[in-house]
Amino acid sequence: MAKLTINGRSVSLEVADDMPLLWAIRDYIGLTGTKFGCGTGLCGACTVHVDGAATRSCITPIASVDGSEVTTIEGLSSGGDHPVQLAWVAEDAPQCGYCQSGQIMQAAALLADNPDPSDAEIDTAMKGNLCRCGTYNQIRAAIKHAARTDMAGNDGEEVSA
Amino acid sequence: MTTRRQFLKASAAVGGGLLVGFRLGAPETAMAAEGGDGSSEAAGGFQPNAWVEMHPDGRTMLTISGSEMGQGAMTVIPMMIAEELDLPWGAFDTRFAPADEAYSNPALGAQVTGGSATVRGFYTTLREVGAATREMLMQAAANRWGVPLSELRTEPGVVLHVATGRQAEYKTLVGDAAKLEPPENVFTKDRADFRIIGKPMKRLDSPQKVNGQAQFGMDARPGNVLMASVERCPVFGGKLKSVQAGKARKAANVEDVIELDYGVAVLARDWWSADQARKKLWIEWDEGELADLDDEAIDAQFRAGVTKYARPARTEGRGADALGSEANTLSATYRVPYLAHTTMEPMNATASVTEAGVTVWVPTQAPGSVQQVAAEIAGVSPEQVTVHTTFLGGGFGRRFETDFVREAVTLSKQAGRPVKVIYSRPDDVQHDFYRPAAYNELSATLGDDGLPVAWVHRIAGPSIWSRVAPGMVKDGIDPAAVEGAADHPYQIENIAVSYANVDPGIPVGFWRSVGHSHNAYIVESFLDELARRAEIDPVEYRRRLLKDDSRHIGVLERVAQMAGWGSDLPEGQAQGVALAKSFGSYCAEVAQVSIENGKPRVHKVFCAIDCGIAVNPAGVERQIHSAIAYGLTAALSGKITIKNGRVQEQNFHNYPALSIDQMPEVEISIVDSGQPPGGVGEPPLPPLAPAVVNALAALTGKPVRSLPIDLG
Ligand code: FES
Ligand code: FES
Repeated sequence: MAKLTINGRSVSLEVADDMPLLWAIRDYIGLTGTKFGCGTGLCGACTVHVDGAATRSCITPIASVDGSEVTTIEGLSSGGDHPVQLAWVAEDAPQCGYCQSGQIMQAAALLADNPDPSDAEIDTAMKGNLCRCGTYNQIRAAIKHAARTDMAGNDGEEVSA
Repeated sequence: MTTRRQFLKASAAVGGGLLVGFRLGAPETAMAAEGGDGSSEAAGGFQPNAWVEMHPDGRTMLTISGSEMGQGAMTVIPMMIAEELDLPWGAFDTRFAPADEAYSNPALGAQVTGGSATVRGFYTTLREVGAATREMLMQAAANRWGVPLSELRTEPGVVLHVATGRQAEYKTLVGDAAKLEPPENVFTKDRADFRIIGKPMKRLDSPQKVNGQAQFGMDARPGNVLMASVERCPVFGGKLKSVQAGKARKAANVEDVIELDYGVAVLARDWWSADQARKKLWIEWDEGELADLDDEAIDAQFRAGVTKYARPARTEGRGADALGSEANTLSATYRVPYLAHTTMEPMNATASVTEAGVTVWVPTQAPGSVQQVAAEIAGVSPEQVTVHTTFLGGGFGRRFETDFVREAVTLSKQAGRPVKVIYSRPDDVQHDFYRPAAYNELSATLGDDGLPVAWVHRIAGPSIWSRVAPGMVKDGIDPAAVEGAADHPYQIENIAVSYANVDPGIPVGFWRSVGHSHNAYIVESFLDELARRAEIDPVEYRRRLLKDDSRHIGVLERVAQMAGWGSDLPEGQAQGVALAKSFGSYCAEVAQVSIENGKPRVHKVFCAIDCGIAVNPAGVERQIHSAIAYGLTAALSGKITIKNGRVQEQNFHNYPALSIDQMPEVEISIVDSGQPPGGVGEPPLPPLAPAVVNALAALTGKPVRSLPIDLG
């Protein structure tokens, strides 16, 4: 049994203590935006925020997040208009899209900590989030786009990179 | 599979709208059945397979006839229809096509998404659908206003009569248009009049892919569904001998354990519980004939078979007899391994088998095959099977297969409830249909000018088509095994290319760019070996061998120019070039590479592609990035290792995928030849590996004769 807040809503779950947060979210809470890719912390598809920190939900036992605030891709913004989401659309970043929930959650956490990351800092923060479609250059551009948006308070188009 | 001829057909939608689709079969019969009234749905029970559906309230629905696996089908298909229909961009909804022969890709003759064929296959069909629909709307306006059709024109969403200034929005015309016959001869636009095709369009599916709403196969959740994790015999072809499942049955949330011929499925309320309980099964396998197979044995089979079972795939001039003196002859052996696909979304399928029929929710590249397979297993007719094609979390050829569909339908039938099968990542890596391994012996004799006068290439490896469609294999030649090798464009007087079908028993299937994925590497790397021996610049060497083929030369010269070929590079870096034609497109790449800590580092890839008319240049560019990343992953680390008949790799730690810090900068040039569209999803992949290894050879002086690259 674990009690947590997910996207602002409190839930209590009668599941095994060692059930990974990922499967509690997908199969019991019924939010499917968080994806399963490897199950062992190797791909980042399952990334959510636990108390603001980017976390691999597939290797996070539900008991360990008892009392925490969890945010999934569905809760990142109410209208899909978080600066990172807008930047992803503006840069046409997704291909198949399967990795993108995790990419976006990872990038949003990065930008919350570091509003203007360098290329090397983007590499360090993002290299655990795999994309088999090879959208990495668009992801990099989208992170910079979102950083410009945040810093300039504009739509990210007016400040040259 | 053949597609019956298709004829444009219009009919009324519920609520007075317009449906434009196709009817199948001979026109005479169809017309007779309908008493000559093409708009009557009742006669003959005809139900058109709509491509376009327009309603009086302004809603327009376009059918996406190809699977959306990341390549942009959901954007580029509407572009082709909307261009000719003169539809305002974005003023429509889309739906994925149901399983229906009417949605067969004309280039493939089946309802399959693959072979880089979405645009090149549908380019004519979809524009004709759009143009016919537009003309019907114009005819409805002409009738209403009593003016000749020729005086009308359209602007996005509106029919205009310029002389009188009258105009009518499409939605006011759809009811009348539904009563008309589609025109017999459809005129599509001149390229100069395009306002959508050729413009870089943003993807229409991005919004739902950034907020978690896009529905992948993984996300299908019919009521009462059970989640299944399946333990399959780790040895290919092995069978279940016995299982003790008591502990698994008693595990939390487990509802059922079902024995299959080759494995055991655990079904639970959630997938994790099923997967945990699976570890409690006590299984004895009959491992079958491959239990001792390993990489060394596979290589030995290839070596033993390469000449013995060789069948000619191409012979020019005197073929191998033209090989000359040893001093002027270079010989090399090239090897490529089996490769898994590792789509980001592991294999999965959800099925519900009831008395009434079967419903399947599945990320698939082949909805028609899904329908057939589900019908067979459930013992119903194909019409009783509804296939919901979801978004695909990657395809790359893996989702052409139906193994996961078979499992879900079998399990649902036995469990009497909807069942969702999810492969764990190790399941996905170890139970794939792999890119074939291949063993290649090459020899070439150089003439006095340094150019080859004889080229001999002997290939041994398993055959994909022998399993998928044996009729494709002619005189022992699987076209997928020799593509890119038998048909390389270089003008050499004497050529002998042979193929020996040697199948060690590892299942093989289509993998992004198929035979080109290895043959371009082999041909283009060996060609660079010859150029080095002849001491001729590799771009110049190719140019001399490509005598009249302007499309090859077009991309080669463009990429050389973009890359500043031959000019100074940063210390420790070198460039390599490669060229390949595949799936109707010509592609040349230059890779700029260095060696860091004994490993290759690809800094930048220049890519010039001639894919004919680039319908969505933004999509073309992204597919180039994608193919480069996929090809580079394989070149750097892709290898499936067989030991004791089993795949040794399990997950991304030992079957790695490229990460963002390894992604090269990519510079692209689309060469506009004005030709009809070629493919794009695959063609940028084949030149990548050879461009990289040719750059490495320029640095080290040593060729890289097997993949993945090992500089050790
Ligand atoms: S599914 Fe969690 S890191 Fe891959
Ligand atoms: S967009 Fe397909 S895996 Fe990243």
